[in-house]
Amino acid sequence: MSSIGTRLPRKEDPRLLRGRGRFGDDISAPGQLWARVVRSPSAHGDINDVDVTQAAKAPGITAVVTAADLPPDLVIPVRLTVPGGPDLSGYLQPVLARTTVRYVGEPLAVVVGEDPYVCEDAAELVEIDIAERPVVLDARTTDSPPAAELTRGYGDVEAAFAAARHVVRIELAIGRHSGVPLEPRCLLAVPDPDTGSLDIFGMTKVPVFNRDLLARLLGLDETLIHVHGVDAGGGFGVRGEFYPEDFLVPWLARRLGCPVKWAEDRAEHLVAVNHSRQQYHRIAAAFDDGGQILALDDDVAHDNGAYCRTHGVAVPELTVAMLPGPYRVPAYRGRIRVVLTNKTPCGTYRAPGRFEGTAAREHLLDVAADQLGLDRIELRRRNLLTPDEIPHRRPIATLGTDLILDTGDYPALLAAAVREADRLGYRALHPETPEASEPGCRYGFGLALFVEKSGLGPQETADVTVSKSGAVHVYSGGTSLGQGIETVLAQIAADALGVDPAVVRVTTGDTVAQPFGAGSWASRSTVVGGSAVHQAAAAVRERAVQLAARILEAAPEDLELRDGAIAVRGDPGTTLTLAEVAQAAGPASRYLEPGEPAGLTARRRFEVSHMTYPYGAHAAVVAVDPGTGQVRVLRYLVAYEVGRAVNPMLVEGQLRGGVAQGIGGALFEEFSYDDAGQPQAISFIEYRLPTAADVPPVDLLVCQDHPAPGNPLGVMGAGEGGVSAAGAAVANAVRDALGLVGGVGQLPLTPARVRELCQQREGIP
Amino acid sequence: MHHITLRVNGHHHELTVEARRTLADMLRHDLGYTGTHLGCEHGICGACTVILDGQPARACLVFGVQADGAEVRTVEGLANGDQLSDLQQAFSDHHALQCGFCTPGFLMLIEAYLAEAGRDRTLSAEQARGLVASNLCRCTGYQGIVEAVLATAQARQGQDATDTRDAGDAT
Repeated sequence: MSSIGTRLPRKEDPRLLRGRGRFGDDISAPGQLWARVVRSPSAHGDINDVDVTQAAKAPGITAVVTAADLPPDLVIPVRLTVPGGPDLSGYLQPVLARTTVRYVGEPLAVVVGEDPYVCEDAAELVEIDIAERPVVLDARTTDSPPAAELTRGYGDVEAAFAAARHVVRIELAIGRHSGVPLEPRCLLAVPDPDTGSLDIFGMTKVPVFNRDLLARLLGLDETLIHVHGVDAGGGFGVRGEFYPEDFLVPWLARRLGCPVKWAEDRAEHLVAVNHSRQQYHRIAAAFDDGGQILALDDDVAHDNGAYCRTHGVAVPELTVAMLPGPYRVPAYRGRIRVVLTNKTPCGTYRAPGRFEGTAAREHLLDVAADQLGLDRIELRRRNLLTPDEIPHRRPIATLGTDLILDTGDYPALLAAAVREADRLGYRALHPETPEASEPGCRYGFGLALFVEKSGLGPQETADVTVSKSGAVHVYSGGTSLGQGIETVLAQIAADALGVDPAVVRVTTGDTVAQPFGAGSWASRSTVVGGSAVHQAAAAVRERAVQLAARILEAAPEDLELRDGAIAVRGDPGTTLTLAEVAQAAGPASRYLEPGEPAGLTARRRFEVSHMTYPYGAHAAVVAVDPGTGQVRVLRYLVAYEVGRAVNPMLVEGQLRGGVAQGIGGALFEEFSYDDAGQPQAISFIEYRLPTAADVPPVDLLVCQDHPAPGNPLGVMGAGEGGVSAAGAAVANAVRDALGLVGGVGQLPLTPARVRELCQQREGIP
Repeated sequence: MHHITLRVNGHHHELTVEARRTLADMLRHDLGYTGTHLGCEHGICGACTVILDGQPARACLVFGVQADGAEVRTVEGLANGDQLSDLQQAFSDHHALQCGFCTPGFLMLIEAYLAEAGRDRTLSAEQARGLVASNLCRCTGYQGIVEAVLATAQARQGQDATDTRDAGDAT
């Protein structure tokens, strides 16, 4: 029986449940020093002086460094470059600010000492003299030119709008929020002064890329750097990118000749790690009398914070590239201005560009349906691409790939989602039911459709080896961020090799074990990493059969591999275990031919030039209290096509977790700033992550009706579909509850914002 | 510096700590109980929850010296040898963890609560959700955690009933 498709308990669970995970700060090295980063207290200004004299004299302090101690002109380059994209070289972040600070939290100096407490004390003795300058905080109104402008689209949009019978416009601001994993970042760098090598713990996401970049910045051969896999307390896009600290900690370790550890605290994390999402959409659609979309036009201001970091302009590009979603859009133009502001720089957060764009498009469609006098679901149905239009090639490129919606039946998924929502009584809950009856509360139903993307190439590499005990070892280029990659890859390898997943051991995130990995991001690990494991395991299977044929003196085609053993078909007396075959592949084995390498092992590289596009629907029922402005999400449904679920339990977990994050971004989470650019969300008191009281049980419809055509497993990524349409569904439900004519204007829908909407709307007290 | 003694998971420890050192840092870095995690260090997320003299406590808000003479339970003390506790097993069965960083805090919170709640033998779904709302999880959306709490409570209730019968209690 195939282990693919089973709800296998996770291989990660026992160690994590017993407190035996190895997270960054759980790992220490003998003689290690601790680092503390001194950060800018000002949002914008010229650095007159960073005086470290007193700090350097403090007890227990080994060193204090500033930009003056670093190699000159040290900046962090873009990882995700957009082909033919803008030159961002003038906007990159220096490792330590030298002349100018551009956001509160920008690194200015590093204190190194024997214990984190004394480092924190000494950091407060660093005297910072900054001549403050005016701040830019609103991407819509700044006079300064944008760092980049991108346009994606096709067709004659102007003509379509000019000729259209109906044009509908809304504006929607998406709030600044981010991944905020529960584990802050941590890095430990251990130098070996004899060999010049460096062991690094805590670079989890794209370890090979970070190793290579670090090697280049330090002037080292990349094989001298060994990034070790560690457990990571959530990634969500932000963890594991190359940040200033990723240079500083290894550089300090080499300079001081001893291990250096840096463990971020939560207050730092909230101003230092990539923010995301903040955009202002002015979106319009032209329709004919029948409600057919004639053209779509979105004009976006993207607040990227103070610098362009490793994602460059990937998030704004994805926003406008993915904006048309699952619909037939004859003419489209998405323009986006990437504006730098005096706030924390931005990068990706789970479903980057899609959470934002889906919210704008799907909210517009609800407003449009009302204006056109059409049912909101019917308007969508009329405009969805039909199965005979798929594969659908949009004349748009994103992340260097052509955008080809590869498979699916969008109307069928919409119908299934509506059927499921009705079966569960979602629309019967609306407007008034005892289940949610509080005096004066208003109830609303919201639905949103979306297309995701997954499986970004260009490649992933996997090694599969059977050791002499018969254990199967998978060395993947993916990394473990909590998503269950060890379990999923074990299931894929076990399936290809015909063994029990229990005998498969998966190693991820280690640059020596897998030097050609591309990492875990963009919902790519199951699709691309899994396909590489599948191919490598299949190659090992073929090799095992070849060797067994020599041992058994049988023809390979007469052999079968089942339950970890190979036998001549119909002759169980001839059984050879995989362990025996692995032993027979040893270096002194007489079964090896001259020149043939030893070992029962294979390395395979899975290459893919196009992404695969999962799609789905979100539906939400909300209760809005007009008196307090509080919004409660009562019911939530995600219907999602994933092609094939390797482990349905994990797919469900990804979707449920995504919904919670999406509800956070729709209702609670916001990095706000005061007029001087001082961040106002600097603890979990102000930055409101959703709790169990804020998230309802999530109903799921996981569909496996349209296997992805571009990979041998037929899988699509499931990591981001829980969050993509959450802003849209919640915004639509709140609008429905309040009976608004226009849109809600902005997310998150905090109580204060909802109160404003109530006051604007006549008839609501 | 202060000399203190305490028991952690039944093991006796003696150490000298600064007055300002938190119980969490002391457990993690002085005594090696790294299963207790720090997610915010200001008492909101609950990842550092341990059981301090029978009560769940945020180890980031307690100084090590305050635990002088105390009995502390951490996540490392839940399993019986290789055997996961019923609550740990329920977490795995209900996919109540993904990255696992917040998990030790939830386990200790729930363990302390169930030990106390066992007295009245009832736990509604709403109470379970309210309990889980004490801590933060960024991965799971909480549903699996709530299910694991309810399943464990129910199983223990049945277990207690069985124990009672076995003890020959006719009532």
